[in-house]
Amino acid sequence: MENTLNLTLKVWRQNGPKEKGRFETYKLENISTDSSFLEMMDILNEQLVGENKEPVAFDHDCREGICGMCSLYINGRPHGPDDDVTTCQLHMRKFKDGETVTVEPWRAAAFPIIKDLIVDRGAFDKIIAAGGYVSVSTGGVPDANAIPISKVDADEAMDSASCIGCGACVAACKNSSAMLFVSAKVSQLALLPQGRVEAKRRAKAMVSKMDELGFGGCTNTGACEVECPKSISITNIARLNRQYLASRLSE
Amino acid sequence: MSNFLTASIGRKFIMSISGLFLMMFICVHLGINLLLIFDDSGELFNLGANFMATNPLIKIMEPVLGLGFVVHIIWSFLISFQNYKARPVSYDKSNAGYSSAWASRNMLVLGGLVLVFLVIHIMNFYYVIKFDTHSMGTAEVGGAEMHDTYSLVAGLFKASVIYCLLYIVGGILLGFHLGHGFWSSFQTLGLSNKSWLKRLQCVGKVYAIVVAVGFSIIPLYFLIKF
Repeated sequence: MENTLNLTLKVWRQNGPKEKGRFETYKLENISTDSSFLEMMDILNEQLVGENKEPVAFDHDCREGICGMCSLYINGRPHGPDDDVTTCQLHMRKFKDGETVTVEPWRAAAFPIIKDLIVDRGAFDKIIAAGGYVSVSTGGVPDANAIPISKVDADEAMDSASCIGCGACVAACKNSSAMLFVSAKVSQLALLPQGRVEAKRRAKAMVSKMDELGFGGCTNTGACEVECPKSISITNIARLNRQYLASRLSE
Repeated sequence: MSNFLTASIGRKFIMSISGLFLMMFICVHLGINLLLIFDDSGELFNLGANFMATNPLIKIMEPVLGLGFVVHIIWSFLISFQNYKARPVSYDKSNAGYSSAWASRNMLVLGGLVLVFLVIHIMNFYYVIKFDTHSMGTAEVGGAEMHDTYSLVAGLFKASVIYCLLYIVGGILLGFHLGHGFWSSFQTLGLSNKSWLKRLQCVGKVYAIVVAVGFSIIPLYFLIKF
């Protein structure tokens, strides 16, 4: 038998970047525990449209946890109460009947609010543009074993590359620091021979851009790692620190 | 190197280096202090204190240590202010306790409380030993005459329960500060990876407990025994 929930939603509403925001409270009834969090938000919006009110704006795209588009700070945690999933993969069975669910946007100076729950994460793109790439064309897929890469390095590079750039690390960090994101993007290249050549320059350029965009610094609370839907490790941050310091001290 | 000292990782580098330096000092300080509870006649501690007061190496290190404290404190405020600016609007509901330890999020608060303790501590002992030596008695150990530092320290703890409790709390606060600070300083220097992260966190916990228990046990000893 299907279970249903009656919920009270406390949602952040803000008409535009410069407008003053406020919380609005909505009642939702008969939400299936099998529905996803975003389906619940869709139902809320259907209800609001039916009442001739403006629907809540929120980011979403693939809804299968790989695009990094969805966000939402739900009940005090980025991507809500479940571990290692994005908001789109969060199910309503994680909530209790009669619960009040607080939904807020990512809060960071570097992520200004566009509308309601949508924030501008363009800062991440600017960090990537500052150096998160390999400058020369490395050609197509090389012959197997033409460039030997150890299994350990390959695995670690792949783990780092699983970052989807959703910004949960920034949202979780008390300093709104983007160090987990930057360190993952630095590591996925620095661990491989094609990316290693520019490793030091890349670390310096991306960290400078990160500072310039108004992200805070890392104080090693480790909150980002816990809240990351892809479980990116903070050992990447140690690698970034190492490369950045090596780059600056060799100037 | 122009903006290194104000870049996010540069600032952390300063905190890390000064922190590691202060942690080494704490080891030496604790080592000498523990002499207090192994010899009630005070000879052992007076010897240790006299050695520290007269050793030329310590004389050189003293201003460096002072600088270490000043840099660590000033940069902590710089870092905290810049990090505070990164989130102008805070969350209405935050469950930060799920993903991080209280001590790691409140290093400034812990450090600030340790600073308050440090000021009292300096007024109690360091100031007297350094600038007000006339008020101290002298002791003779092995034929050599020296300031009776033991009586100064033991006297305070024997006379005042409040000071004993204050020093116990101070030790515990320092322990919590170091519980995060130890591994964090290595992480900031990049001296950490998948295997070393856990090891450093473990060593850091042990170090923090040794420091907290070590410093607290001294006033506790005087509180119970005298």
